Amino acid sequence: MNWGSRIRGLAVGVVSLLLVAACGSSGTGTASCGASAKSAADCGGMSALVTAAKAEKELNVIALPPDWANYGAIITGFTAKYGIKINSANPNGSSQDEVDAVNQLGTTSRAPDVLDIGMKVALANTGLFAPYQVTTWNDILAGQKDAGGLWYQDYGGYMSIGYDSAKVPTITQFSDLLGSAFKGRVALNGDPTKANAALNGVLMASLANGGSVDDISKGVDFFHSLKQKGNFVPVQATTATVKNGTTPVVFDWDYLSQSHGTDVPTWKIFVPANATVGGYYAQAINKNAPHPAAARLWQEYLYSDEGQNLWLKGGARPVRQHSMEMHGTLDKTAAAALPPVNGTPVFPTPDQLAAAGTYLASHWAAAIS
Amino acid sequence: MTAGRPIEGGRRLPLHWVGVLPFMVYVGLFLILPTVIVGIGAFLDKNGNVTLSNFGMLSQPYVVRSFVQSVFLSVVSALVGAFAGAVFAYAVVTGNPDGFLRRIVTSASGVLAQFGGVTLAFAFIATIALDGFVTVWLRDRGINIYPGQIWLFDLPGLVLVYTYFQIPLMVLVFLPALDGIRPQWREATESLGGGSWHYWRYVAGPLLAPAFLGATLLLFANSFSAYATANALINQGSPLVTLLIGGLLQSEVGLSDPGQAKVLALGMIVIVSIVMTSYALLQRRTSRWLQ
Repeated sequence: MNWGSRIRGLAVGVVSLLLVAACGSSGTGTASCGASAKSAADCGGMSALVTAAKAEKELNVIALPPDWANYGAIITGFTAKYGIKINSANPNGSSQDEVDAVNQLGTTSRAPDVLDIGMKVALANTGLFAPYQVTTWNDILAGQKDAGGLWYQDYGGYMSIGYDSAKVPTITQFSDLLGSAFKGRVALNGDPTKANAALNGVLMASLANGGSVDDISKGVDFFHSLKQKGNFVPVQATTATVKNGTTPVVFDWDYLSQSHGTDVPTWKIFVPANATVGGYYAQAINKNAPHPAAARLWQEYLYSDEGQNLWLKGGARPVRQHSMEMHGTLDKTAAAALPPVNGTPVFPTPDQLAAAGTYLASHWAAAIS
Repeated sequence: MTAGRPIEGGRRLPLHWVGVLPFMVYVGLFLILPTVIVGIGAFLDKNGNVTLSNFGMLSQPYVVRSFVQSVFLSVVSALVGAFAGAVFAYAVVTGNPDGFLRRIVTSASGVLAQFGGVTLAFAFIATIALDGFVTVWLRDRGINIYPGQIWLFDLPGLVLVYTYFQIPLMVLVFLPALDGIRPQWREATESLGGGSWHYWRYVAGPLLAPAFLGATLLLFANSFSAYATANALINQGSPLVTLLIGGLLQSEVGLSDPGQAKVLALGMIVIVSIVMTSYALLQRRTSRWLQ
C-alpha cells in the first residue's frame, strides 16, 4: 500500500465515522451498513452486519453453477446459517455476463449484489465495485487483492502438467518432457498469445528453466527446443484430444486438468516444485448492490473457515488455504484430494502478465515454427 | 453509340432496375459494407483516432511469414484440388450420364465439399495423428509415417486436410463445364486426322480453360479464407493470416487489437483482388478465340 492510498483510506474512514455518528443519532443503526461500509467494523462489528443483512432478507448472486467449486453447498449453507434467501441468476454465465448484468440492471432490485469473476474482467471493471475488506483480510497475500478492497481473489489453482501415465512415463521434472518418450505428445491449452491458461503455462516453463515472472523468454526457449525435438503438438487440447491420445501431456490449471481423470483413469497431474504459478478468480461487491449488507455478509461467509473449506471440497484451492493450514482449520481430507504442490507459489501480477504477452506477440510464432 | 430508348407514351418511372434491387442490397450488405468497415477500421487506433501505426505490423517477420504460408497453402491446395478434381470429374462424365456412379459421386461431393472445421480436423486426428488408428495399423506393419516431425500439424498436413474438401468442390463446379463438351467434337478432330493430343491441345483444352481457371480461383479463395479447420489442427503460433486475425480479435491476454486485425484483413482483400484481376486478364486472353 502506498502513502497516497493510505491517506485516502484515512479520509474515507473519517467520513464513514462521521456517517456512523450521524446515523447513530437518528436511531437507524442498519443504515451505516449501506454501500459505504468498507469492513464489518464500519457496520459496528459482525453481529451488527448480520442484523443488517437479515433485515434485507435477500441476496442476488449471478453465474454460480451449483457444481462449480461447490457453490451449490455454499449457497445452501449461507441460507441455512443466516436465513437470507439467495436469488441465483444465470448460473452458467461468464465473467463478462456478470459485468454486463451489473451495467444493464443498474440500481434496480434485481441487480447482482456480488460477483465472482476472472482477473482480466475484474481489473477492467473496477469502477463498478464497492471497496470492502473481510475480517480475514490479512490472510490474503498482498498480490492477491486490491489494496483498497475493490476486488480480492477467492479460489483458484496452479499451473500444472497433466498427463496420461499409460501413454508417457511418469514426469518428475520439467526436463523429462524433452526426452524421446514424449515425441509428439506435449500440448498447451491454447495459444499463449490468445489464452490466459497457455500464457501461464509458458511462464511456468520459464520459471522451471531459470527465468522469472518478469522474464518469460526462457519458457519460449523451452518450447522452442520442445518443438525442435518434435515433442510439441500444436493441436488445441480438448477432452476429445486427451481421450483420443493426441494430447496425452497438457499444460493447464490443475483444477481444470483434474476433470480429464473422468475420461482417462490413468490421468496424473504434476506441479513442478521450482515453478509453481498460481491463478485465481476474484470476488467483488457491486457498488449499486440492492442488498449492500447481505453482499458484505456473503463475503464474510466466503472468507470464513467454513466458506473456504466448502470451496476446497469442490476441488478449488481457497485463497486462505495456506493460513488455515498453519492454524489447523483446513479440511485435511479435502486438501489431500488435491494434486500435491511442494513449491512456493508465484502469483504473476497483471502487469507482469501483460509484459509477458507483449514479448510472446513477437516471439512465440518464430519459436514454435 | 448511345442508342436512345424509344420514348414511350406517358411519364412512367423507369422501373427496370427493380428486379436487380435484392441482389444489389445483398452485395451492399455482405460485400461492400464489410469491405468499407475493414478499410476504415485499418486506419483507426483503439481509441478511434486516425493513425497509420496499425500498418507497422506488416513488417513483422511473423506477419510476413503468415501471409507467405497462407498464399502457399492456398495455391498448392487449389492446384492439387483443381487437377485431381478435374480428372475425377472427367472420369465421371465419360460414364453413363444417368448412371449410379455419377449420382453417387455428385451427392458425395456435395456433402464432402462442405465438410470442414473442427469435425474434419478431428477426423484426421483420429485417423492419421500419432495415435490415429491408421498410423497405429501401419506402425504395427513396420511403416512409420512420422519419421521426423509430426507433419500433420504443419503446413503439409493442412495441404492434405484442405485437399479433402477442395477435390469434391472442384468436381462439383467443373462437372457442368465438362458436360458442355460434345463427343462430336472429338469425332470431328479424329476425322480431320487429329489424335488425342491434338484434341486436348486445340479443342477441349481451350474450351475448358476459362472454366478451369475460374474453378481454381474459387478453390484458392476457399482455402485462403478458411479458418476453423486450421485453427483446430494448428492452434499455436498462428501460421496463417486468418489465424492471426482470429488471435488479434480474441486475445484474452491483452493483445487484442481490432485495428491491426483489419489491416491484415485488408491485406487479404488486396491479395484476392490481385488474383481476381490476373484471372480476369487471363480469362480474357484464353476466351478470346471464342468470340
